[in-house]
Amino acid sequence: MEKQAVQRAKEAFVTGRSRPLEFRVQQLKSLLRMITDRQGEIATALKQDINRSQFDTSLFELIGLENEINLAVSKLAQWAAPRPVERSLLTISDEVYIQPEPLGVVLIIGAWNYPWALTLQPLVGAIAAGNAAVIKPSELSEYSASLLKSLLPRYLDQELYPVVCGGVSETQELLRQRFDHVFYTGNSTVGRLVMEAAARHLTPVTLELGGKSPCYIDKNVDLRVACRRITWGKFVNCGQTCIAPDYILCEPSIQNRLVEGIRQTLLEFYGPDPKSSPDYGRIINQRHFNRVMALLEGYTAAVGGQSDASQRYIAPTVVKDVPPHARLMQEEIFGPVLPIVTVSDVDDAIHFINEREKPLALYVFSSNKKVIKRMLAETTSGGVTVNDVMMQYTLSSLPFGGVGQSGMGRYHGKHTFDQLSHLRACLVKSLGMEGVNMARYPPQDPQKARRVRLAMRTPLVDFSRGTYVWAVSATVVAVGLLVALTVILLLAAGISCTCW
Amino acid sequence: TCPFELQLRATFRSGMTIPEQFRMNQLQKLLSLVEENEQLIIDALHKDLHKPKFESVLSEIQITLNDLYFAIENLRTWMQPEYNIGKNLATRMDECFIRREPLGVVLIIGAWNYPLHLILLPLVAAIAAGNCVILKPSEICQATEQLLAELIPKYLSQDCYAVLCGGAEETKSLLKNRFDHIFYTGSQAVARSILLAAAPHLTPVTLELGGKSPCFIYGRIDIQKAARRLCWSKFFNTGQSCVAPDYVLCTVETRDALLPAIQETLLSFYGSDPGEGPDMGRIVTLRHWRRLVDMLRKSKGKVVIGGDSREEDKYIAPTVLVDVPEADSLMQEEIFGPILPILTIESLEEGIDYINRQEKPLALYVFSDESSVVSTVLNNTSSGGFCGNDGIVHMALPGLPFGGVGASGMGSYHGRWGFETFSHRRSCMNRSWLLEMVNVLRYPPYSEYNLGWLRWATTLKKGSWGGCTVM
Repeated sequence: MEKQAVQRAKEAFVTGRSRPLEFRVQQLKSLLRMITDRQGEIATALKQDINRSQFDTSLFELIGLENEINLAVSKLAQWAAPRPVERSLLTISDEVYIQPEPLGVVLIIGAWNYPWALTLQPLVGAIAAGNAAVIKPSELSEYSASLLKSLLPRYLDQELYPVVCGGVSETQELLRQRFDHVFYTGNSTVGRLVMEAAARHLTPVTLELGGKSPCYIDKNVDLRVACRRITWGKFVNCGQTCIAPDYILCEPSIQNRLVEGIRQTLLEFYGPDPKSSPDYGRIINQRHFNRVMALLEGYTAAVGGQSDASQRYIAPTVVKDVPPHARLMQEEIFGPVLPIVTVSDVDDAIHFINEREKPLALYVFSSNKKVIKRMLAETTSGGVTVNDVMMQYTLSSLPFGGVGQSGMGRYHGKHTFDQLSHLRACLVKSLGMEGVNMARYPPQDPQKARRVRLAMRTPLVDFSRGTYVWAVSATVVAVGLLVALTVILLLAAGISCTCW
Repeated sequence: TCPFELQLRATFRSGMTIPEQFRMNQLQKLLSLVEENEQLIIDALHKDLHKPKFESVLSEIQITLNDLYFAIENLRTWMQPEYNIGKNLATRMDECFIRREPLGVVLIIGAWNYPLHLILLPLVAAIAAGNCVILKPSEICQATEQLLAELIPKYLSQDCYAVLCGGAEETKSLLKNRFDHIFYTGSQAVARSILLAAAPHLTPVTLELGGKSPCFIYGRIDIQKAARRLCWSKFFNTGQSCVAPDYVLCTVETRDALLPAIQETLLSFYGSDPGEGPDMGRIVTLRHWRRLVDMLRKSKGKVVIGGDSREEDKYIAPTVLVDVPEADSLMQEEIFGPILPILTIESLEEGIDYINRQEKPLALYVFSDESSVVSTVLNNTSSGGFCGNDGIVHMALPGLPFGGVGASGMGSYHGRWGFETFSHRRSCMNRSWLLEMVNVLRYPPYSEYNLGWLRWATTLKKGSWGGCTVM
């Protein structure tokens, strides 16, 4: 079944119908209509999957998708156009440019925590780049997966963009097929398997993984605002966000105030009983519920700690003074549990972060420019937000992706388009200027060799618009000055002119 | 584990390779390495590949020097954080930029056909990007391998850059270590095993592979010029270039005009006996020579030019065959030698169809004076790179990315593209403390009223740049 879907997509791609810009725009607009028309059904599915509130669904999944589609539609002609490149004096009469081209058939494997955004945003880029795509939504968010399977064929070309549902064995079957790119969002264990499967076909991959995203809080910071921002980022979607602040690093002197600040904020956000708040989510399934609860074993919560297995509910929980070797600190939490690890100072924090795998996101709260600068210069991560959390995700002009164990490749906005295109280097030479070429042909002698070396060494000429404008205006100014000088000289020489 | 890898990792963590001054200094030293040892390099390349001095200077030394000049001149610009990021309403007050950061310890595996520049150009990019590097030159070119092993530690910092020599076994055990990037130039078979070794470590990989690069000669064309440029690109380095035109596609009429033009060109290039002159190279090893001679022998095509070979110095004459069928021995794998099959087609579409049935090649060439021919081929095929009316030279422009697609590779380098390959682009957003009242809109308890405002604030206006999601 999977094999047939892939084969059909390949055949559909070969017909070339996914290439014309009008087709791509039409498909993207259709996708937009699907999201806006079916908002209600999508929200219902998400509520059933993960108890997501209507507000969160709009905010976190749909608005972002709508904006990505609108951006792609408005910029597509620009993105797909040939991109000129600097030339050298040797190639001055030639055309030198980079042509973006579709790759072919892309496999998109979605995730369960934001099943619509994380599955459809890559699809937007795939369509924009002119590819066909096989979409495999996560089976853990089953209501969303089956809704997507029934909706997508009603809005998009059925052969070019098939949806394949299923579990592990269906995914494995898919991965046995040959794709031109595989785009995977999920955890690093499966990420390794995806890369391995793709390796057999020499298929390039984009892996959007995760990790433990540290959040350093400097002691001289406005804790009130910091707590609000951190609490929001941590507990949204019940902590099941790849770029949620995983744990906090701070000095012991501010720990208690921090805990109090978070407690206060939680009260403001979800009331005294988060379980009854319509805005607080649930854990996706029993397995993950058990996993997160197991991480808490042996630790007393400073805030929260309650749970209800029947609802897969875990209260927003904060744990103080967590030792670095605790289970809580060994794997990505992906749940509403916030450990605080104390460090002695910035040096200690940087050291702590660098001892661990490169995270997907890093957060720094500080009003001290030096601290911020050091954090940026002495650590690495997929992305950074200073004095807030998660916001680096929200700007589509910033590439979003990991490094090291947190992933490879990047997307959002134009970056998705580039990631799912082949940027083909093109040089179209004229058959003229053969005289110059003669120097490179055998038989060879030292004189010829010297000439060619000289010609090869010419620096590149920048034909960008900025330089052109500068050149023209500089020439105009120079000519103007020359005329002025001539006039002055003439006047000084006392020569009269009938034009005055 | 490789002792070098641990040592380099410690050096990287110390931050030694990060400052611009250090990188610049090392690039200057690499420049001196090449400039001061030109003759040694030329001799080594001649020993390994019988490479004519002219080719060594042009395609190994000068190309490396050019890339070094380019990197040295542009390093500061490349290292600057990119501030020109389109912002939206919500982030108007924030500082948004993209930093380029080094990856860590990277492995560069060289190839034997251009043993100097295929390992030094990635090295230039890796140094410029601030990484520590382990170099593994090809063991097939022993003189060059030894020269690199001797010169690199002499000029460059031994704490940051190491040369490891060895064959397949050593490479296999080297790959068990964890690197932050692996850059490989070579064959598809080995590339697969490298990707499989990289997967458990989640190491990103750049693969510069090859394939059969087709060459169209079609429509109105100055056959003499085309023949010259074709012969130059094909027989340069004895055809052992990953971007050499592998085979020609043309009509019968064109072929009939082409053959005497090629004959004349070869005469002017190499004289009546290319095996005697100084300007024709040799095949790299006996094994490779035998492979080519065997392919030629099994071919069903008709040899019209050349065809002779000599085992004692691994010589194969510039050879052209016609009437080569699609299933021929010469059409099964990349030739990588001075043998040029000419396949005849009746129309451009037939040729394009044929190409699209094969794997995506590293390069694709079209010789034609008719721009419609060039654009038809361009728009209906895919390849790593493309060059119209010439061969190979598109890879000498540092402004163009050099790399493959599909079976011909993944990733690219040269110039700034190399710098980007060995860097991590880290997105940074420095949020202002102000505008907390706007932030308040996103906090629970949620309300339709707030959602309405947020929707308004984050919905893209037509014509504006960038979008905003609040997540």
